[in-house]
Amino acid sequence: MGNLGTVVSQVVEKYNKDKTRLMDIVTDVQSELGYVSDEAVVQLAKALGVSKVDIDGVVTFYHFFSKTPVGKYSVYLNNSAVANIKGRSAVAKAFEEAAGCSFGRTTEDGVMGLFDTSCIGMNDQEPAAIINGVIFTDLTPEKAKELVADMKAGKEVSELVKNFGDGNNQSELIKSMVNNNIQKKGPVLFAPFETGSALKAAVAKTPDDVIEEVKLSNLRGRGGAGFPTGMKWDFCRQAEGAKHYVVCNADEGEPGTFKDRVVLTEIPEMLFEGMAVAGYAVGAEEGILYLRAEYLYLRKFLEKVLEDLRSKNVLGKNAGGKDGFNFDIRIQMGAGAYICGEESALIESAEGKRGEPRNRPPFPVQNGYLGYPTTVNNVETFCCVSRIMLEGGEWFKKMGTAQSSGTKLLSVSGDCKKPGIYEVEFGTTIQTLLEMVEGRTAKAVQVGGPSGTCVGKKDYGKRICYDDLGTGGSMIIVGPDRDLLEVVHNFMEFFVEESCGWCVPCRAGNQLLLDKLEKVMAGKATKQDLKELEEWSNIIKATSRCGLGQTSPNPIVTTLKNFPEMYQAKIQKDVDYVSEFDLKAAVQESCKAAGRIPNIKEH
Amino acid sequence: MSKPVVATASLAGCFGCHMSLLDIDDRILKLIELVEFNKSPIDDIKTFTKQCDIGLIEGGCCNSENVENLRDFRKNCKILISVGECAIMGGLPAMRNGISVKECLEEAYLNCPTVDDNIIPCDDELPMILDRVYPCHEIVKIDYYLPGCPPRADLIWEALVALLEGRELDLPYEVVKFD
Repeated sequence: MGNLGTVVSQVVEKYNKDKTRLMDIVTDVQSELGYVSDEAVVQLAKALGVSKVDIDGVVTFYHFFSKTPVGKYSVYLNNSAVANIKGRSAVAKAFEEAAGCSFGRTTEDGVMGLFDTSCIGMNDQEPAAIINGVIFTDLTPEKAKELVADMKAGKEVSELVKNFGDGNNQSELIKSMVNNNIQKKGPVLFAPFETGSALKAAVAKTPDDVIEEVKLSNLRGRGGAGFPTGMKWDFCRQAEGAKHYVVCNADEGEPGTFKDRVVLTEIPEMLFEGMAVAGYAVGAEEGILYLRAEYLYLRKFLEKVLEDLRSKNVLGKNAGGKDGFNFDIRIQMGAGAYICGEESALIESAEGKRGEPRNRPPFPVQNGYLGYPTTVNNVETFCCVSRIMLEGGEWFKKMGTAQSSGTKLLSVSGDCKKPGIYEVEFGTTIQTLLEMVEGRTAKAVQVGGPSGTCVGKKDYGKRICYDDLGTGGSMIIVGPDRDLLEVVHNFMEFFVEESCGWCVPCRAGNQLLLDKLEKVMAGKATKQDLKELEEWSNIIKATSRCGLGQTSPNPIVTTLKNFPEMYQAKIQKDVDYVSEFDLKAAVQESCKAAGRIPNIKEH
Repeated sequence: MSKPVVATASLAGCFGCHMSLLDIDDRILKLIELVEFNKSPIDDIKTFTKQCDIGLIEGGCCNSENVENLRDFRKNCKILISVGECAIMGGLPAMRNGISVKECLEEAYLNCPTVDDNIIPCDDELPMILDRVYPCHEIVKIDYYLPGCPPRADLIWEALVALLEGRELDLPYEVVKFD
């Protein structure tokens, strides 16, 4: 670890004192010094010519930045619902016992820090943790104890990975124990793909014709919202600006989704080429891959892929052999924030700010990265574009349903025999999926992650597509013996944690929903409480500023609708009000501080 | 027929909501024709002398006395109404909720630059401070909520009259819009 002053000035110089690169600057300072102290904040502010609050705001916003030491080894143990299903609590306990400190703290000798973290995109191999950027999957209490012993012995984290996963996970530049778990390959994403072919096909057309082809395909955004890609590109192309940008949203943070992880590991060429096609179509020369911090382990590999693509002239000057079309891509790392999956928050983050959503309009296609017209698309969307360039929009449109063309990557996890990645045609029913993944006994399926819909048996005939059950791809299967309320509770804790705090309905409302849910779970709720859960959910959905708050009550709303009996069984029937207030407990602290004995007069 | 009986109280509030009630101006004359006041700062009756129909509560609960008072109101009033931000949400006093009560007391009585006796008050006669400021509905059942800081006089008036006449509230947007 270097001297603070030197580190700060070196890092700031490295990025040419560019404050829009604050994410990278803070990442580097943190990795050099172990944390970002108040003093480091002051020096960074001075060196970049911004206020201390600007720096502090960023450092405190993201999970993986810290103002206090996080230990020589920082263990971030995933706390998603599926991790819990797969035995997380025993693993956490083993970590705590072996390390001698509890979660949220660092050991006294500063060797190890234990922290909770939201879904890290490993739902098919939980419980999983990130230690100094290295992924550890399928953890057991025994493995946790071994890891702690090795860390205490001072071993390099990379040495602790004994076996590597399948496919490119074994490559020299990844060397990770993560498994791809590709269970079903389809014709769009996982059919053979020849590098360079899609861009060549694209640049043979005019940019307008490329956009027309994408429109013809009816391709809709694969992140979950389903906005028509061709239309988005058209808006972006038409928007006036000195330059345009293409941004790939690889911040898949919806608990339960991990498809982008697999795409980035196995078919990154197809993705980057799709970005180049987008660059050609909208008139951009620069592309940014916004990569979530959890996937840091893929970075070196992806940099190498980009290098190869440059040497093959898929990127760089006269890309794809098209005179005058220059396009290159840089990787922007995130630092742990679910909200950065929202496109305007992602842009804010890429500009070196807190990942808080912007007011819209103007939309990113008009006023995006650094104020320039920007198209932000999902990882999978760009891959689809590459395929559409080769096979044509008509071919693509033949698959799926009227409103949802093509195939969809599903990230399946939870109580089933074959978790992993499935490329299925849109229109597949939940029942068909359950048979495919061998999870027939499921009592519920969470479609589209926590922000999606929780469906029960009566709805297993519904189809996966935007016109029926829309999804970004997360499919969490809840087995017959699980307590579904525990799952809902986990989801609500997630939203409370991940709300950016900008608007009141989301910041305060989700906490209120969580409190109320706990009241229900404790058996202290009445019919009125259930009514309020529903009413408040509607208020939060209607008045929140971005997609997070507009969907965060969904775990409660959809289970109230589809599993009413689960709530009815928990409430007190013949009472119209129950207070949880305990006067004795409430006065304890102040009486202790004043040195007096509580004298409570009970009515 | 006897007139409906109204009681009011200001718990952890600033009396602003009571001021707003007085802001109904000369309608107060009509009000006393319509209702009879019982326990209230308006007539200075300190304890309930009979069962009331309507209780108006200003302020949330920051100490044990507030809690006792509120429970007393619930027992003695058929309909209980939270009036204003503090009763409904804790309001300004609830700004201390993010700070431990110990830290608050130490700041107020020990560390503040203007104190010189340096003791945290400790007397059985004093109400005990709660760990946080509670909105009224967390302590007892509340039937209606009148929002505002303070709720406008017109809002309080309209709500009271509607309740007395047994009809639905007619609240134009201007009366419940605050910014």
